[in-house]
Amino acid sequence: MSDWPILSIVTFLPLVGAALLLLINGEEATVARNSRWVALWTSGFTFLVSLMLWVNFDATTADFQFVEQADWMPGLNISYHMGVDGISVLFVLLATFLTPICILSAWEAIQKRVKEYMIAFLVLETMMVGMFSALDGLLFYLFFEGVLIPMFIIIGVWGGQRRVYAAFKLFLYTLLGSVLMLVALLAMYFEAGTTDIPTLMEYGFDYNMQLWLWLAFFASFAVKVPMWPVHTWLPDAHVEAPTAGSVILAGVLLKMGGYGFLRFSLPMMPLASETFAPLVFTLSIVAIIYTSLVALAQQDMKKLIAYSSVAHMGIVTIGAFTFNQHGIEGSIFQMLSHGVVSGALFLCVGVVYDRIHTREIDAYGGLVHRMPSYALIFMFFTMASVGLPGTGGFVGEILALLGAFEANTWVAFFAATGLILGAAYALYLYRRIIFGALTKENLKTILDLSPREWIIFAPLVIIVLWMGVYPVSFLDIMHVSVENLVNQVETAQAAAAQAAQLAAN
Amino acid sequence: MLNLGAALPEMFMAVSALALLMLGVFAGKDKSFRTVSWLAVAAQVITIALVVMGDGGSAFFGQFSADPFAKFCKVLILIGSATGIIMAMNFAERENMARFEFPILITLATLGMMAMVSATDMLSLYLGLELQSLALYVVAAIRRDTVRSTESGLKYFILGSIASGILLYGMSMVYGFTGTTNFTVLGNTLVGGELPLGALVGLAFIFAGLCFKVSAVPFHMWTPDVYEGAPTPVTSFFAVAPKIAGLALFIRVAVGPFGGAVEDWQQIIVLISILSMAVGSFAALRQENIKRLMAYSSIGHVGFALVGLAAGTQEGVTGVLVYLGIYLVMNLGTFAVILCMRRNDRMNEEITDLAGLAKTKPLMAAITAIFMFSMAGIPPLAGFFGKFYVFKAAVDAGLVTLAVIGLVTSVVSAYYYLRIIKVMYFDEPVEGFDRNGTEMNVIMAVATIIILAFVFFPNPLMDSAAVAAASLFGM
Repeated sequence: MSDWPILSIVTFLPLVGAALLLLINGEEATVARNSRWVALWTSGFTFLVSLMLWVNFDATTADFQFVEQADWMPGLNISYHMGVDGISVLFVLLATFLTPICILSAWEAIQKRVKEYMIAFLVLETMMVGMFSALDGLLFYLFFEGVLIPMFIIIGVWGGQRRVYAAFKLFLYTLLGSVLMLVALLAMYFEAGTTDIPTLMEYGFDYNMQLWLWLAFFASFAVKVPMWPVHTWLPDAHVEAPTAGSVILAGVLLKMGGYGFLRFSLPMMPLASETFAPLVFTLSIVAIIYTSLVALAQQDMKKLIAYSSVAHMGIVTIGAFTFNQHGIEGSIFQMLSHGVVSGALFLCVGVVYDRIHTREIDAYGGLVHRMPSYALIFMFFTMASVGLPGTGGFVGEILALLGAFEANTWVAFFAATGLILGAAYALYLYRRIIFGALTKENLKTILDLSPREWIIFAPLVIIVLWMGVYPVSFLDIMHVSVENLVNQVETAQAAAAQAAQLAAN
Repeated sequence: MLNLGAALPEMFMAVSALALLMLGVFAGKDKSFRTVSWLAVAAQVITIALVVMGDGGSAFFGQFSADPFAKFCKVLILIGSATGIIMAMNFAERENMARFEFPILITLATLGMMAMVSATDMLSLYLGLELQSLALYVVAAIRRDTVRSTESGLKYFILGSIASGILLYGMSMVYGFTGTTNFTVLGNTLVGGELPLGALVGLAFIFAGLCFKVSAVPFHMWTPDVYEGAPTPVTSFFAVAPKIAGLALFIRVAVGPFGGAVEDWQQIIVLISILSMAVGSFAALRQENIKRLMAYSSIGHVGFALVGLAAGTQEGVTGVLVYLGIYLVMNLGTFAVILCMRRNDRMNEEITDLAGLAKTKPLMAAITAIFMFSMAGIPPLAGFFGKFYVFKAAVDAGLVTLAVIGLVTSVVSAYYYLRIIKVMYFDEPVEGFDRNGTEMNVIMAVATIIILAFVFFPNPLMDSAAVAAASLFGM
């Protein structure tokens, strides 16, 4: 099996599914039903194939695995180069895992233009998987920006009231960041003569160039993560997107920024990363505390969770720029667990939204009386979001904070303060929706989780528990790669420090 | 040497244009439109074959060169004008402008363009340019019974003549200070060091004239009016073939006779390019008429193409040529869409007329969306690669600021392309359009396939562009 191009199959299989969907024609109801099933089967099968990556992954080496290389633009020395290491393989799995869940969650919620919806999601999956496994800068950029096309359509067509505004904001914000990254990629290409990521990692740009490159990449990734103060597109996009769109946005797309930092900024620009680390820390701390406070004041469930995402991603960026094993592992783990947990929280919102069609927190209350299982699930994911030990959220946060503590005590102090606020808004949200008396008329007949919804939530619960109780099975995979990354950064920084020492003498 | 063989495609075009004219006159005015049109298309196709198979070399005592650069551009131009004639046929018959002169004028204009891109002497350059321009003035006003078309033809004529005058003036300055009009001799004379002041002034005038022809800012004012006023198939032709010819000519003049003085003209091109990109992006934001929008969009695209020229390197020229190839496909596709915006047998030109196209004609909406995303330069569509190549060349040449400004304006321009998608997909539908003609469907389908497939097969276009550019730099 090992000589199969598994990565390409995982990447392009959804595209094949999308092409099949194009061929479906006929009566509207039939088309809708068939589209749902084709999309579900395609994404489910893609997930199964992607498990091959997990099974065959060799966690003892930091090298890229499942590598595929083919000529693409030989004249420019740019090739189709795919491969995963311990850092990216888990993100690939995250993307393939969440897509079938998204498709399942849209089963009844999406009733108009079902075929187009499913096509958009499958194309999106191709872009996401491709981005995490691209080993060529241009290829990476292709997928990175290509994501915008289906996302724009998903929010704009199936979104809420202000969907047009949100879709434009998402698109133009991220595009503006990305084009600066493109310039940086071109500058790297000019300097090193290639866009091959493994080669660029070894290249060693000089310090001044690193500063500019770092800033350009930062412009792109910071918008994507998103970091304060360029996070404002996120609440809008989340609120207006359909449930599955929010899930994929929070679950995978935000991670593209964090992954970008780990794949480009740290290994290729270690010195600039060190220089700018205080900036990242400051912005992240502001994000954690400020957005947590903002979240406390929200009236809209989705907006609240969106702001909480910004806060959680603040932990991720802090962890990434600690440059130590704990911090970076925590950062990756936090991304994975946040991907699952925040996705699940958006699904929880989706459950009641499908029934009552409002996201106003005040419109709810006392749901525990009618929906005990829902209350249980919602409780579970709220706790996971807060970082209760035993859930995935805890492991990521504690590791990242540990790393931050090693790097800078004050950073750890402020970040930890932010987490307390995090507990406050999450529990406050839960109290207002689930507890209290059931007074509202339209809530008195609300139904508990349907079997389909159980099927959606069950794997998420299992994963979150697994990550919380036995995180080693995930940490082991990334361990060697992260170690290699840390070494690489430390070596470069030490060499530069030594050179500075010599110059001073 | 006279060497007529090198100019065989041009001679074939000239003869067929004259033969078609005879045919049109003798076969009767109204009946022959369709026959003449198809024969003109056939002539262009044959000419493509002649161009591709030609041995190259130079003719007319060094005034004309059929090098790979000229070949590449000629093929693009011929594809553009053949498609333009095909797209015009049904429109012309419905809108009462089915005159057999139309395809012949297009053929003559195309002949002029072919002479332009092959010109290696100021005189042959001017000859080609004027043949092109005169034919185009008439084509713009071909619906002489409507005010808009006549106005657009007149505007184009007056401003175009002024530009030609400026161009001629520049040429005479250059001639006066160097004593020659031949590109090769000029290139050898003007190599290295500072240009003589007179030649520098001449250069500035020549560039101003060329900027007018490619509608680069600040000589772009005629473009929106002419694009809007001319009949739509004429606009679609204007947006493609003359643009490509003009830019090719621009490249040839810049890197040929003035190739030794890159520092002298680089700043001019940088400025023009920035202004064009900015005007093309910002001015288009508020346009409601889709033809006007396309006019500003084409101004912006010229700005992007000039980024590659500004680099002044072989990579830069390769980038421009790739850009032009992709631009050709995207524009033909988009104009095919615009020509299909008919409702109850009347043409529609407002962007809002596209509302809800995704519901009434999902496939056409998807195709238009692909064109728009591609125009905005979003990967993995072809339009991205066009931008990628020119900006790569600019960064290589150290013009990082230009690249950053260009890419930022491309974000601004993304807004209005997205707006069209928004209107099609997010707005509620109005009444559906009439059935598309088969030829439009074919053009749209082919353009879509090329735009989607370019990411997988970039090499044919890239390699031939590289060969073409190399020939210009004498390697």
